[in-house]
Amino acid sequence: MKTLTALATLAALGLAGTAGAEIRIGATVSETGPAAFLGDPEAKTLKMMVEKLNAAGGINGEQIALTLYDDGGDPNKARTFATRLVEDDEVVAIIGGTTTGASMSIIPVAEDAEIPFISLAGAIEIIDPVKEWVFKTPHTDRMACQKIFEDMQAQGISKIGMISGTDGFGASMRAQCLEVVGDYGIEVLADESYGPTDADMTPQLTNIKNTAGVQAVLNPGFGQGPSVVTRNFRQLAIDLPLYQSHGVASKGFIDLAGPEAAEGVRLPGTALLVGDLLADDDPQKPVVTAYVEEYQAAYGEAPSTFGGYAHDAFAILVDALTRAGSAEPEAIRDAIEQTAGLAGTTGVVTMTPEDHLGFDLSAFRMLEIKDGAWTLVQ
Amino acid sequence: MTTKRVTLLILAIIVIASPFFFPSNYYYRVGSLIFVNGLAVTGMVILIGYAGQISLGHAGFAGIGGYACALAPVHLGLHPGLAAILGAAISGALAWAVGRPVLRLKGYYLAVATLGLGILVSMVLANEAWLTRGPDGIEVPDLGLNDLLEAVGIDLSNSQFWYFFSGLVLVIGAWVALNLYDSPTGRALRALHGSEIAARTVGIDVARLKLQAFVISAIYASLSGSLLALQNKFITPDVAGFMHSIEMVTMAVLGGVGSVLGAFFGATILTTLPQVLTVFQEYEQILLGLVMMLCMIFMREGLLPSILRALRGKDK
Repeated sequence: MKTLTALATLAALGLAGTAGAEIRIGATVSETGPAAFLGDPEAKTLKMMVEKLNAAGGINGEQIALTLYDDGGDPNKARTFATRLVEDDEVVAIIGGTTTGASMSIIPVAEDAEIPFISLAGAIEIIDPVKEWVFKTPHTDRMACQKIFEDMQAQGISKIGMISGTDGFGASMRAQCLEVVGDYGIEVLADESYGPTDADMTPQLTNIKNTAGVQAVLNPGFGQGPSVVTRNFRQLAIDLPLYQSHGVASKGFIDLAGPEAAEGVRLPGTALLVGDLLADDDPQKPVVTAYVEEYQAAYGEAPSTFGGYAHDAFAILVDALTRAGSAEPEAIRDAIEQTAGLAGTTGVVTMTPEDHLGFDLSAFRMLEIKDGAWTLVQ
Repeated sequence: MTTKRVTLLILAIIVIASPFFFPSNYYYRVGSLIFVNGLAVTGMVILIGYAGQISLGHAGFAGIGGYACALAPVHLGLHPGLAAILGAAISGALAWAVGRPVLRLKGYYLAVATLGLGILVSMVLANEAWLTRGPDGIEVPDLGLNDLLEAVGIDLSNSQFWYFFSGLVLVIGAWVALNLYDSPTGRALRALHGSEIAARTVGIDVARLKLQAFVISAIYASLSGSLLALQNKFITPDVAGFMHSIEMVTMAVLGGVGSVLGAFFGATILTTLPQVLTVFQEYEQILLGLVMMLCMIFMREGLLPSILRALRGKDK
């Protein structure tokens, strides 16, 4: 009996000890599986940032303990891991949901348990309508469409052809683009699609080429599809401007498509890709430069836009934890909602009760590929 | 006879007693996933274990069941519970339409046909975005049963409710499957599993029986898909994916495809494994393949029957 009491006391002490010394946050991202190229940089970024923060003394003197799960891009697993984070690991906030499906599966868990959740996925449904406990860092697909159409409008383009991937990203962005295209007085004359693993898009592009009146081509999609489209586009010698989406805003795209084929391709991207080209007084410049340097030093490769989403999510959370001065989920949620003027890699974030994304179109930069490198379109 | 009672008793005890050992609510979630998978695998027992047929596309039926719960309430105004039944009916009808011509042939043609069917269903779910909202998935309305329980004073968390509800459905599913086993149909099925020619000569309508087993197992898969969609309140085309079909077969084969309890055992192992070995996510598919190969080579009856035999010390 005595031993038992002693053990219980010891256990209680141990628990109290850990609870006082660390803030537990959880993450579930798609480190492996079909969305690994998104989830892998996200996981690496989170690990790197937690390590750095703890080495610097943590938040208000408390260390951060990160529990990271790999859901393999399976929404059902993402939900299970979210439940595990909430119920078993007793975290105070969740970052993750690499794909829209995974994020949407985590939302009911976060809402039920009243734990703040910062999503890393693109779709607008995640924050529209606004959900009390859900925030997100990436631009919505709709904003990418609007940015592209704005640029087209400025170029005097009013009739376009579209070729979209049928994967989640491409399908969702295509739908969003078609919804807002009318606002810019632009007409979609051809609307083609391709499977995410197709190796040749010449038939679809020929259809677009043969459609009279098309002034530019837009390709919503990510993964290898857009590079194939870009290559085929040049092979068919289609003499029109080609617009890609933010889904391919990484060096990998230029390498895969080849610098010659990618020459002149325009796409909306984040400040992350063009850190050194930003004006010196740009509030995002120091954040972006520091992140790129640290990531490069830690992993020996350039970070991608997607790692940037995780960077921003963690920065928002740390900022909120610091201001809240407490690790109660309720206090953290309120503090996240009051985030103001926080410069991230994606944009300068100012949250409100009506806006759980926190920035507008201006956060996007219109980029053009020249000689195999990114340039800013002024 | 006694096996039936023993099996049901064991299942019921597992469902009711396990929560006493749960350190947190999270284990209810894992438990309910085991029961949901267990239900689908019970269907596989009827198809593989009783009728000796293989299906590589049962996730397609789970997809139909799941999406029925998402779509029917919105478009047809059906209650989600009724939508699950509608999904089961559609799955059954589809299985019948596909199985009828295929199952007249001898051999494993069903595997090929269902392989195509499963991929087709998952492609339709992913590509027909106007209806299914595409690969990003779609919300599923609440079943509303938990609120009803709350109104009569039984206050369960969401995870707890789904644990007990899926457990109940699994026990009912097992009961039906076990009854089938002892029925004339079940005997006939086992006869044709043993030797199709012998079964035919004693006057068994082989094609019709196989078709029955296929349709019933499709309904099981469909209901498991519905249960999953309803408890997640969200569903994506992943549920109908090829790997999910393979998982179902592996669970059944691993645990022991001849017995309901064995299949449940297989579902338990393969559902909890990824949770225990979270670091091995990358190798999960390799592990699945390895487990299936080893089972086929060393324990052709599955884990549970092989262990039981070893315990009894019986020779062959």
